[in-house]
Amino acid sequence: MSTGNMNLTLQVWRQKNKNSAGKLVDYKLSEISPDMSFLEMFDVLNEQLITKGEEPVVFDHDCREGICGMCSMFINGQPHGPKDLVTTCQLHMRSFKDGDTIVVEPWRAKAFPVIKDLAVDRSAFDRIIASGGFVSVNTGNAQDANALPIPKIQADAAFEAAACIGCGACVATCKNASAMLFVSAKVSQLALLPQGQPERYRRVQSMVAQMDEEGFGNCTNTGACEAECPKGISLENIARMNRDYFTAKFISEEEV
Amino acid sequence: MSKLNSNIPAGELTQKWTKYKSSVPLVNPANKRSLEVIVVGSGLAGASAAATLAEMGYKVKCFCFQDSPRRAHSIAAQGGINAAKNYQNDGDSTYRLFYDTIKGGDYRAREANVHRLAEVSANIIDQCVAQGVPLAREYGGLLDNRSFGGTQVQRTFYAAGQTGQQLLLGAYSALERQVGMGKVQMYTRHEMLDVVVIDGKARGIIARNLITGELERHFGHAVVLGTGGYGNVFYLSTNAMGSNVTAAWKVHKKGAFFANPCYTQIHPTCIPVSGDHQSKLTLMSESLRNDGRIWVPKKKDDTRKASEIPEDERDYYLERRYPAFGNLVPRDVASRAAKERCDAGYGVGASKLAVYLDFKANTERYGRIEASKAGNHNPDKETCMRLGTAVIKEKYGNLFDMYAQITGENPYETPMRIYPAVHYTMGGVWVDYDLMTTIPGLYCTGEANFSDHGANRLGASALMQGLADGYFVLPYTIGSYLSKEIATKPIPLDHPAFVEAENEVKATIDKFLSINGTKSVDHFHKRLGHIMWEKCGMARNREGLTQAIQEIQDLRREFWADVKVPGSADEFNPELEKAHRVADFIELGELMCKDALNREESCGGHFREEHQTEEGEAKRDDENYAYVAAWEYKGISEFELHKEELIYENIKVAQRNYK
Repeated sequence: MSTGNMNLTLQVWRQKNKNSAGKLVDYKLSEISPDMSFLEMFDVLNEQLITKGEEPVVFDHDCREGICGMCSMFINGQPHGPKDLVTTCQLHMRSFKDGDTIVVEPWRAKAFPVIKDLAVDRSAFDRIIASGGFVSVNTGNAQDANALPIPKIQADAAFEAAACIGCGACVATCKNASAMLFVSAKVSQLALLPQGQPERYRRVQSMVAQMDEEGFGNCTNTGACEAECPKGISLENIARMNRDYFTAKFISEEEV
Repeated sequence: MSKLNSNIPAGELTQKWTKYKSSVPLVNPANKRSLEVIVVGSGLAGASAAATLAEMGYKVKCFCFQDSPRRAHSIAAQGGINAAKNYQNDGDSTYRLFYDTIKGGDYRAREANVHRLAEVSANIIDQCVAQGVPLAREYGGLLDNRSFGGTQVQRTFYAAGQTGQQLLLGAYSALERQVGMGKVQMYTRHEMLDVVVIDGKARGIIARNLITGELERHFGHAVVLGTGGYGNVFYLSTNAMGSNVTAAWKVHKKGAFFANPCYTQIHPTCIPVSGDHQSKLTLMSESLRNDGRIWVPKKKDDTRKASEIPEDERDYYLERRYPAFGNLVPRDVASRAAKERCDAGYGVGASKLAVYLDFKANTERYGRIEASKAGNHNPDKETCMRLGTAVIKEKYGNLFDMYAQITGENPYETPMRIYPAVHYTMGGVWVDYDLMTTIPGLYCTGEANFSDHGANRLGASALMQGLADGYFVLPYTIGSYLSKEIATKPIPLDHPAFVEAENEVKATIDKFLSINGTKSVDHFHKRLGHIMWEKCGMARNREGLTQAIQEIQDLRREFWADVKVPGSADEFNPELEKAHRVADFIELGELMCKDALNREESCGGHFREEHQTEEGEAKRDDENYAYVAAWEYKGISEFELHKEELIYENIKVAQRNYK
């Protein structure tokens, strides 16, 4: 069960650090099991490289169950590979065929500089959240949770937006490297809930300003982000964010 | 017992925390601004503590090894969070949550701590909802609840199968808000590699910048660990790949006692191992046991497909053995029962190390209800299954998808195959009522400490404890210490203690890189995991544990002679990070076996084969082992045992009974 019969050629982006140039390097792998996850296949590659005295491929990963958002491989031209609604860590080798050549690159965006090999710096996302992606409530100030009934439909819609894992696949797949899907998911979650209303218009403006400052591109509605998002975050969020953004521009300073 | 004082306040149980809060010394706002607190870890415990301390006015530095605080492994918690709200009007109360937690922990937790946990549980839900955490709701707009193991009320709040994610993102947003305001300095991709102790007090840490490899010295008037559990000592577990014991182990080696290390939780419902390549195991939330029935064939080595085995040839062994709690017995009980059936030859699947978790009966039941709602009071089976599947999908959709993705099987059509896997560690750094370790000024919160779950944690109680510690307990208790530190000026980073600690870390790194052996770090980690699982796992005995201690000592020597760590110290080098972690896991593994060997009884997750009832249940020895085993580090392979006696004044200690 442990070994399989798949033979693969990998072309993997190798880059020493953010200042050096990178290139694709070929690796041959054999006896890969279709039950392995894509990252377990990389574990096999790295084990071989270490044994041969070469440097293993650096890649980000942690939970390996599709929720932490850390894994970030651009596989054959698609973030998180060929399957819909799946992160790289949940992609299994049964999605590939014996003899395949697989090209693996890091996320590519000016706002996500490569740190090493396949790992990139996504701290821009944290800074966007820090600029307004919250409800300003200090610990200890809350009323009873059921004092504020929220219609189920609204709560469910907020949850759908909140399911974003912050992996950055939306940015990686966008030809403009836009972060609109990520930003709008947080803006929407809070705009849909009563708790988010007091800061609604201030929030959308500061988050968009921070997004622009980080060097993400603009949205031209191609929809690639929604198609590639492993959590199915909807384009509707972008529409909602645009609406709030323009509303914010038309209301007075005091109201914002 | 001389060295351990749990500092539990005097007075009646239900009044202890209230009285403590109104009498604990305060720090005035001007002084808070000049007091610095280091928080290591950014999961539920760490992020909530860092955010709250900053809101209160302290200067906070927060560290995590991931690229963002939002990635901490709390994010993966699926099922829910308990709180004694009694929203369902089913008789829940603070006392019942307290009682269930003590009983679930097999009477090996402190009464005062657990009662405090139950008291603040309701505040957590209020706080999270105020932050905009979208917990599940009913059509009336009020919060929904579900059942979890070991209880007979519905007190678990949830957000689909992603409760941990939503709660962590709430705490993360609170943390990032403070970062944006300049009140928390966040250090991502940093790993704490030692604590700095000056004149007996924790005064800072040595951290490695994982990108540049630079070693950094950071001062704090107090240091808080919220660094999670050590389940990865088993190599295969439901923990994230990076989850580690390093911060906790480093403080242990500097004087913090490590308590009950052998108490590990093996979760009953995980996707079984599929091969040697496996790097981690995936949990299928306990919430599935609300609607899934667990069974194996009545016939040994039955090779028929699940669907071909008729109802009367199935053994619903949990319902058979524990009619009162059925499929919702606590985790330790459910895990051992699965192992018992598989060991006896009734396991299913290719490996025979799995049991079925079957949703068919409840899918049909839900379908009947849905049909009835639509006016069809005599639906056929197919209609029931179709309508019921939609209900199941709404409740557990993401879990079913995950199962299908990993196994390649469709769980809507065939029952899931599940088997127990390492999930949580109840043991951890010893702390007193204030959550302070045996090193003054060093605190430990969340899964990293040992405090609230005794020998077995109930489902949906980890999120509760992490957030209780971080939002509502530590921010109060730390004031008791910091109020006495207002005159302490920041200690310069060239103090000899900082220099020495950094040099020690540097020497360890140099050693790793100079061994240049033949085997990877993972190679040793897998071997350690194998020893631990076989001999210190779901069932333990004297002979196995004695062997394991020897094998781990041998493995440690081999590791330090033959490990190969490629690359250099001054770059992004994940293999070097792993080397630190595995070196610490090896030392911890030995202590876990020693603790398990010392505890000549069975309790909760610790099952000694020598100590069981005639029916195969855990048999405690309250006369001799009703204590917390707190181990003091004395040097490699040398640990001294200190006992903290557990005194039950409010609960009558009894054999757990879920029949």
